[in-house]
Amino acid sequence: MVGEIRIENAIKIFPQQDAEDVTALNGVNLTIKAGEFVSLIGPSGCGKSTLLRLIAGLDSATSGALYLDDEPIKEPSYERGLVFQDPTLFPWLNIRDNIAFGLKARGTYKGSVKEVQEFLELVGLSTFAKSFPHQLSGGMAQRASLARALVNRPKVLLLDEPLGALDAFTRMNMQDELIRIWQERGTTMVMVTHDVDEAIYLSDRVVVMTPRPAKIECSIDVKLFRPRARNNPEFLSLRSKILEILNFAGKIEEPNYYL
Amino acid sequence: MKNYRPWLPVLSILLAMAVERLAPEKVTKHLVTKHPYYFYLLIALFVLFGIFAAYSLFHKGIREWITHKGWFMAAAIALLNLYGIVTKKAGLLPVIYFPTPDRIIGVLVEERGFLFTCLGSSMKLLATGYFSGAIIGFITGIAIGFSRKAEYWIMPFVRLLGPIPSTAWIPIVLISFPTTFGASAFLIGLAVWFPTTVMTSSGIANIQNAYFEVSSTLGASRFYQIFKVGIPAAMPHMFLGLFNGTCASFITLMTAEMLGVKNGIGWYINWQREMLSYANVYTGLIIIAVTFSILVTLLFKVRDRLLVWQKGVVKW
Repeated sequence: MVGEIRIENAIKIFPQQDAEDVTALNGVNLTIKAGEFVSLIGPSGCGKSTLLRLIAGLDSATSGALYLDDEPIKEPSYERGLVFQDPTLFPWLNIRDNIAFGLKARGTYKGSVKEVQEFLELVGLSTFAKSFPHQLSGGMAQRASLARALVNRPKVLLLDEPLGALDAFTRMNMQDELIRIWQERGTTMVMVTHDVDEAIYLSDRVVVMTPRPAKIECSIDVKLFRPRARNNPEFLSLRSKILEILNFAGKIEEPNYYL
Repeated sequence: MKNYRPWLPVLSILLAMAVERLAPEKVTKHLVTKHPYYFYLLIALFVLFGIFAAYSLFHKGIREWITHKGWFMAAAIALLNLYGIVTKKAGLLPVIYFPTPDRIIGVLVEERGFLFTCLGSSMKLLATGYFSGAIIGFITGIAIGFSRKAEYWIMPFVRLLGPIPSTAWIPIVLISFPTTFGASAFLIGLAVWFPTTVMTSSGIANIQNAYFEVSSTLGASRFYQIFKVGIPAAMPHMFLGLFNGTCASFITLMTAEMLGVKNGIGWYINWQREMLSYANVYTGLIIIAVTFSILVTLLFKVRDRLLVWQKGVVKW
């Protein structure tokens, strides 16, 4: 198996001109096993997206080191695919060409034309191969965006709130889709999310992050069998545990009236 | 009849023909042409719109088009009719400045060979200037858009030189080029270069950074990103620049021809004006209007072809 990520004491500071420097990550240590599905969860400003960008190689750490299979991460690479909340499909390319973009950019398209079709089918968009992105619904566009990242057969797929812009029902369908793709491909998945249910439903492990200082608070293994039920009692107890860590649980007050 | 609109232009033409043939003519100093060219034109239009109207009974596309355009076409022909009445029939306008329709069409027919040569040399000049200006504009725009160094060194020149109307350069350019053709082509190129450069570089500057980030995680090199992400994403802006450049190039072409070049349709108009042959001036203007309109339409057709992926593009 390939696709192990190791993060050693990563610190990221954004220097500010007329204010105090912002510490977006304050010493993060994390190892993500090959083939694992990990969610990073936490309120805004906890550095989860920053961490994902460091893994992608889009930003570099102020200090500390990141490794993929013991190779230091220096710059973006197709081995670490990225999917944003916004599908960011190239609007001037049709869906097929969007998905083929990575293969063409790497010069491996000629030998793998069939793969594009395979991935179109994987995300259920074969009939939309010739459509342009503006003709697709939000969910379809996000599926195309997934296929575009997956066609490169990355070792790791990084997902930055991939389902954040979708409506509740499309979102739940897409969660099942993600699980299916993950099980089929065995790619290491790292997902940033705001949604506790989504994190528990999808991941092997939920990494909870807190702001000020922006670091990892704890890491919770989700030992539930798949397919998971969202109303399973254990699911719900994990949910309240995470909400408690994040200080969003709220108190259950005794009713102060009697009949 | 339920759908009368396809027949409106035909009706308007018949009216114009009746006026032309039957209305009494006031004695004027209008020169008489060898042939009744205006009446020939009306016959040609009659045949053309008669065919359209008849065909509209069978063909849905033609029917929709002519039904939509019926009133407009009829009004346009009525306007022509009115011009004929005012000049030829009633002699209300100064004869020298407002020739009869017969004479304007007559020039077009009788001098067609020479007019064609003039148009040809105008187009040669326009094409030379336009394409060199557009190509250099693309190159500088892309350089400014992608390279900090290019922006640092080139942008101040663009800011300083760009807003000067290229015709203001005429005194310098005419003495620094060996031929007036070269000088005029340079001026046209300059007029196209500025909007193309500015719109190309601003188009690139406005591209969402996410496109570049995504493409780099997909394995695209910097070079690949410039050509496969930067340029297509900036294409709508580029066409805006090209469109502005086209309009500027027409103005410059006409000015250049009226000042220096001894050939071309702009030169022809100016020359005929000096000779007080206003029929020829109008003919020249008609040729310019039709040619430039065709060129702009062509540009928009090319754009529509290249930018099919855009929704809600501006129609011409």
